Amino acid sequence: MLEIKNLVVQIEDKRILNGLDLTVNKGEVAAIMGPNGSGKSTLSYVIAGKDDYEVLDGEILLNGENILEMEPDQRAAAGVFLAFQYPLEIPGVATMTFLKAALNAQRRSRGEAELTTPDFIKRVNGAAAQLHIDKDMLKRALNVGFSGGEKKRMEILQMALLEPAFCVLDETDSGLDIDALRIVSEGVNALRSQGRGFLVITHYQRLLSHIVPDTVHVMANGRIVKSGGKELALELEANGYADYRQQTAAE
Amino acid sequence: MGAVTLMRTPAETALAQAFEAAKGKLPGDRDARVKAFSDFIEVGLPHRRVEAFKYTDLRAAMREAAPFAEAPTGEEAKAALANAQGFVDAQAVRIAIVNGHVVREASDLDRLPQGVEVVTLADAHGNDHAMIRHLDAVPLARENPVYRLNTAFMTDGVLIRVVANTLVDEPLHLRFVTAGTVATATRTLVVVEEAASVTILESHEGPDGAASQLNDVVEFVVGDRAKVDHVRLNAEGNDALALSTLTARLGEAVSFNSLNAVVGAGISRHQVFVTFAGDRSLATINGATMIKGRQHADSTLVVTHSGLHCTSRELFKTVIDGEATGVFQGKIIVEPQAQKTDGRMMSASLLLSEGGAMNNKPELEIFADDVQCAHGATSGQLDEDLLFYIMARGVPRAEAESLLVQAFLGEAVEAVENEAAKDALIDSIEGWLRARA
Repeated sequence: MLEIKNLVVQIEDKRILNGLDLTVNKGEVAAIMGPNGSGKSTLSYVIAGKDDYEVLDGEILLNGENILEMEPDQRAAAGVFLAFQYPLEIPGVATMTFLKAALNAQRRSRGEAELTTPDFIKRVNGAAAQLHIDKDMLKRALNVGFSGGEKKRMEILQMALLEPAFCVLDETDSGLDIDALRIVSEGVNALRSQGRGFLVITHYQRLLSHIVPDTVHVMANGRIVKSGGKELALELEANGYADYRQQTAAE
Repeated sequence: MGAVTLMRTPAETALAQAFEAAKGKLPGDRDARVKAFSDFIEVGLPHRRVEAFKYTDLRAAMREAAPFAEAPTGEEAKAALANAQGFVDAQAVRIAIVNGHVVREASDLDRLPQGVEVVTLADAHGNDHAMIRHLDAVPLARENPVYRLNTAFMTDGVLIRVVANTLVDEPLHLRFVTAGTVATATRTLVVVEEAASVTILESHEGPDGAASQLNDVVEFVVGDRAKVDHVRLNAEGNDALALSTLTARLGEAVSFNSLNAVVGAGISRHQVFVTFAGDRSLATINGATMIKGRQHADSTLVVTHSGLHCTSRELFKTVIDGEATGVFQGKIIVEPQAQKTDGRMMSASLLLSEGGAMNNKPELEIFADDVQCAHGATSGQLDEDLLFYIMARGVPRAEAESLLVQAFLGEAVEAVENEAAKDALIDSIEGWLRARA
């Protein structure tokens, strides 16, 4: 599904990713854990297509197709979805307007007819109910005045509506209390399916006890330094990242 | 000191000749016209060394004077109006003004709402109508050269009276349309008496490629506890020089809300002179401007607080593409007796291209000590992080930009209460954005 090969990325002459290799298969939930500054968020932005980053080498293949030359909207249409660590507030753009624009743009790019308004509203209401998003939130400008938890739920709502093939969750647990974490995790788990891959980026094991991963990868200094099963997350929680920091410092 | 002979530009000479030829025929108070013209011609067309016209040099913009238009024939008026789309989807009582002359056949003068009286300026001048005395109610405007030119040449327009305590449901829509390359000078007066309320829509349209010179003045005299909503759309042709002046004299406990939306004209200047004559009134004066190519749009505003406890809110949003130039000049004057004034003025511009420019000149002149006044001006580009966020959801760049531009302008447009007018403005914004993409 998603194959990252020898990815080398820099921003303003600072090397962030140093030959990163990673494969996530269809139906797999892969977790990436790592200390601050290891390049986790950079990886998520580069997958989604943010153009502040300079890709010096490597490729990112989605179902065999290199997406690095695509614009962010083309990547989204190809099935990439990034749930942002810090979802942006867009004053003046109503949430429903935004959702409709996104949904219909993707449908157009796939050659599908745009949704009728009743159809659209039905879908949004269905997804919103699952995520405990009340109607008042949908009436406001996107993310404006939303709490941290509300913003994260809105990200998952978008994910549910857009039905992407590959989802990247960038520290979706940050800023969430226990209840919000549970709601968001349930939302994500409901979207797990055989055809869909997930890359869950997090600092902490706690998210991974709600969204149980198939594989866990440790990232340090811009590359994957260890891979394993879900038990690796527990090991990291117990021992911290110190070993990996030393290991990379010694290189 | 010797006598100074001023060199006149060809346009000034032509205007002087036009005034000489017309002054015997123009109706109304000839002395007032002669005085206004001599005040105008004494200093001539304002140029960039005149402070208030620093950014909009009318001497340069008006190298020649276009001929003042005669009243159109029925057929001409019909053809011109058929092309005009501004606010036509809004349910309204229409008054058509083609080439500066009221066209009765195309107006709803025979189905005016109860409590609304309308007389044409030409008729009112002819029979010395009582409403004439309400003209020129705002002193500062009388010192303005564009307004003086209008006073000298004004040919037609309408005088509207909304009788006390009348709440007019249906908006009155003034359709200003031009055909061909013409000069016009219209004057419209809206007298809203005590505790009355009315919505006035104004649309201004003309053909592309016509270097028309338009000078339209709309004056409001608003009685105590009255409420006015005013929405103006400048969708003039791309070569037009569109000069407009809005004056408003507000009584006590008035609510006055005006928006000027600009998508058209090669060069436009909208001047606003508002005076708070009574206490505890609220005025919201907004602007939403979208310009591209080599368009130039100037919004110039003077708000004078004379009453106690009055609130003014001014929000001007300008979107600039291509090599267009925007101008905002805003001044809030608080007179010594106008305590507890609350005034806030903001100009924000969005530059979509490298070649565009915005000039901001906000000013406060405060002579009272217990007031709250603030002004601000910002210029910026579309936020790349927001664009990325929207695009990451599958929305192509052009559409993502449109969403953000609409959001930017939306803040100024949302104060419009009439839903149909608001929808029409949103359509104009979308049309502008589609043309850009």
